[in-house]
Amino acid sequence: MAVATSPVRKKVNRIGLESREYRGSKTTLCAGCGHNAISERIIGACFEMGIEPERVVKLSGIGCSSKSPAYFLGSAHGFNAVHGRMPSVGTGAMLANRNLVAIGVSGDGDTGAIGIGQFVHLMRRNLPIIYIIEDNGCYGLTKGQFSPTADLGSKAKTGVVNDLPPIDTCALAIELGASFVARSFSGDKKQLTAILKAALSHRGTAMLDVLSPCVTFNDHEGSTKSYAYAKAHDDPLEEIDFVPFFEDISIDYEPGTTQEVVMHDGSKLYLKKLDADYDPLNKVQAMRVLQETRSRGEFATGLIYVEPVKPDFLDVLNVVDEPLATLPQERVRPPKTVLDDIMESLR
Amino acid sequence: MAPAEVAVQEAPVVHGTGRVVNDFSIQVATVNGSGSQTANLVLLRSIFRMGVPVSGKNLFPSNIAGLPTWFTIRANKDGYIARKKEIDFLVAMNPETAREDALSLESGAAVVYDEGLALDAVRDDLVFYPVPFDKLIAGVCTDVKLRRLVRNMIYDGVLAKLLEIDLQQMEYALQKQLGSKPKAVALNQQALEVGFAYADQHFEKRDPYVIAPMNETAGKILIEGNAAAAIGAMMAGVTVVAWYPITPSSSLCETLIDYLQKHRIDERTGKATFAVVQAEDEIAALGMAVGAGWAGARAMTSTSGPGVSLMGEFAGLGYYGEVPAVIFDVQRVGPSTGLPTRTAQGDVLSTAFLSHGDTRHLMLFPSSVGECYSMAVEAFDLAERFQTPVFVMTDLDLGMNTWMSDPFPYPEKPLDRGKVLDEETLERIGRFGRYRDVDGDGVPYRSVPGDKMPAYFCRGSGHNEWAQYSERPDDYQNNVDRLARKFENARNWMPAPVVEINRQASIGIIAYGTTHWAVVESRDQLKAEAELETSYYRVCGYPFRPALASFIERHERVYVIEQNRDGQMLSLMKLDLEPDLVRRLRSVLHYSGLPIDARSITDSVLIQEGYRVQKTGADTSRVPRQAGVGGE
Repeated sequence: MAVATSPVRKKVNRIGLESREYRGSKTTLCAGCGHNAISERIIGACFEMGIEPERVVKLSGIGCSSKSPAYFLGSAHGFNAVHGRMPSVGTGAMLANRNLVAIGVSGDGDTGAIGIGQFVHLMRRNLPIIYIIEDNGCYGLTKGQFSPTADLGSKAKTGVVNDLPPIDTCALAIELGASFVARSFSGDKKQLTAILKAALSHRGTAMLDVLSPCVTFNDHEGSTKSYAYAKAHDDPLEEIDFVPFFEDISIDYEPGTTQEVVMHDGSKLYLKKLDADYDPLNKVQAMRVLQETRSRGEFATGLIYVEPVKPDFLDVLNVVDEPLATLPQERVRPPKTVLDDIMESLR
Repeated sequence: MAPAEVAVQEAPVVHGTGRVVNDFSIQVATVNGSGSQTANLVLLRSIFRMGVPVSGKNLFPSNIAGLPTWFTIRANKDGYIARKKEIDFLVAMNPETAREDALSLESGAAVVYDEGLALDAVRDDLVFYPVPFDKLIAGVCTDVKLRRLVRNMIYDGVLAKLLEIDLQQMEYALQKQLGSKPKAVALNQQALEVGFAYADQHFEKRDPYVIAPMNETAGKILIEGNAAAAIGAMMAGVTVVAWYPITPSSSLCETLIDYLQKHRIDERTGKATFAVVQAEDEIAALGMAVGAGWAGARAMTSTSGPGVSLMGEFAGLGYYGEVPAVIFDVQRVGPSTGLPTRTAQGDVLSTAFLSHGDTRHLMLFPSSVGECYSMAVEAFDLAERFQTPVFVMTDLDLGMNTWMSDPFPYPEKPLDRGKVLDEETLERIGRFGRYRDVDGDGVPYRSVPGDKMPAYFCRGSGHNEWAQYSERPDDYQNNVDRLARKFENARNWMPAPVVEINRQASIGIIAYGTTHWAVVESRDQLKAEAELETSYYRVCGYPFRPALASFIERHERVYVIEQNRDGQMLSLMKLDLEPDLVRRLRSVLHYSGLPIDARSITDSVLIQEGYRVQKTGADTSRVPRQAGVGGE
């Protein structure tokens, strides 16, 4: 008996695109590099959220992490800028066109060392941008030197011991005014995807520190940024589920253990708490948890802090709704009467 | 050519009964932070309002209050508005410097001074006008704090009487300066009158200097170069401005913010058609401009030498990634921090090649406030036409001092957004390659994020014509060769030089920027004092126009006059010229930090031409030792 089969229909998202349309060129990073897993999660999150690739700008600085924007969303514009300076380029781009979706990818050296100045001021401005630190605690592209997020006492492949304490980029971002701060692990597919989707719904600076072991230079015993160490010391604050505004809410967490966070666009974040009294809307508590987990040699992961509705930099600057870049001449060149009046005032 | 003795003609024309009309300079020596700027600008504007060509130069310390400041006004019936070394009329208000100020004058000069300074005891060959400022101000103002600020207006009143400046014009200028503060106007007005009355009752005119009405400034405006550039940027349709405060460029963006807030708020929504960010440093400032330029905005920053140094990496990225941006470099003096409040043309070479590798930049050289305006407009067009950073090279003298100008004309040309990809073009060229030389002019097409045209990956790392990462030797070389063609093609788009060919001249003069004003005067001096005819070529942009070589070819010797130690523009020219032409070039350099003056040029040219010249006093004599005191 012949069985009638319908043609195989590829899964498309809400704007009719297939997942492969969110892919980029083939990665040139090392096999097993955590950064590749993060690229996959970005592809997945953008697909699931139905982000229009042509509205996305991918931004980066210099380093292994900064190469990765080439490996996702190939049909989006990208700008691989100079070392540590992605924040300023991203700021300019968003000022030029506020309708863009900015995804910045940086590394721990690119952010914590050469780029710390620009990082600090980006966080202060609450520019609408997703700022991902692919954090492996070392400089991969120059063969494994320590970065400022390397833990005190961690040992490099060469045997050198790091004798300076690390910068906690999450604590720094919260302190400086970022309105969405999360930490995750490149190997945690479920959590990272949920965080990325929530970040895509957030309006303001979403800072994501993603531990991403360097398989070549920093994945050995003695490294606190190795796969083994990260898996053993990951201390999730909550299980995250994210429901975009355009989907029916059908999630059902037990009351009393779940916190619902409504994002600015109406999307909802559900945080099933592993730590009974953790509240990501509480800045003081967020800082306390970061301190406590760090003192135990652990990484608190999940959504650490969120301020769902906070004016972003473009609101603060009171910029028109349309992209500045494409305003027509009659809106950017004042009429002759204006120039004549100015001239008159100078006589 | 036989060397000859040249009599230096500095003596101004004297009319009838020993009167020197509309040809002298006034220097006011005060303490910064004492409100003297108001009095000085009122003085300047009232002479301007009387129709007499005038210029004002502020010599100030890098400090907020309490250090010596000198403001020099030059009135000149022939329209010479460059700095003049000699001071004819001194107003000595600063006890710290008064003695030295008086000693530096030529014999016969006049000096208005606070009577307590007893300058008549220092020397006896000046014309002395002692004024009891404290006693006079006590009658005007009871508030001790205000006294200090209003006190200076008294010397304006005294000068109005002595120099025959129309008191009504002074009152107009005062109104213009302080119009928004009626109480301040009234108080200053009183001070003005008290000064005038005192001079009227106590002084017999014993110096020859007077201002008489002329008709040379009708219709003209007074403005600083930074404000002019700001107006130009606004009329160019700038949308993203990122800047970091630095003397002497801060007032450019500050003025721009004022103008934008007045004239670029959307009437319907009340929202801004611009974004201005005070960045965390100059690196970020240019980074933001580059990011905005990449995303399609007309973006700019303004800075000075130390900022330009920091901007190096983004300038290189803008060049190699081919991103438009406009950078105003209001040049100041020296390597490192140098002299922040003094003027120079010292960033020419470093900016031309700013950043590592084979990098070259387009530069514009405004010499007037009118050109600060017009070249600002032009810079945005060029940046987008050639998809590259464009540097507008002004300087402190132009940027922060007040200059006369014809009113600025409304831009005739629509905005030139350059080669931005659209559907029609895409159809014509087939496949989009961001760095493909489709038209053979080295300028590729670009798409802009959000425009739904094919996207590309912009990067400072090696790339091929499809904007793909590439380390292939041929890809690298093809790309930088195209960049060189693009740069070459820009030559004929740069603002045309202003050339004056004198058929009798075997000597050519080349200058640029503010040096122009001293050159105008110096050429007349050379002719009057040594019958030396000269031709003149004023450079307005880099890369140089081909006309430069033909100008040099026409002359046996060509003097390149500039305000730096190393002859930077001359060095840049050498790279473009045949050896035979290079041999004809000579340098005239001025780099004390003070604006160049005609006498220095004339003397240097005459000496190099083999004349024996009785040099006038060294330039340093004009800046008393205290001018060396300051902060950063």
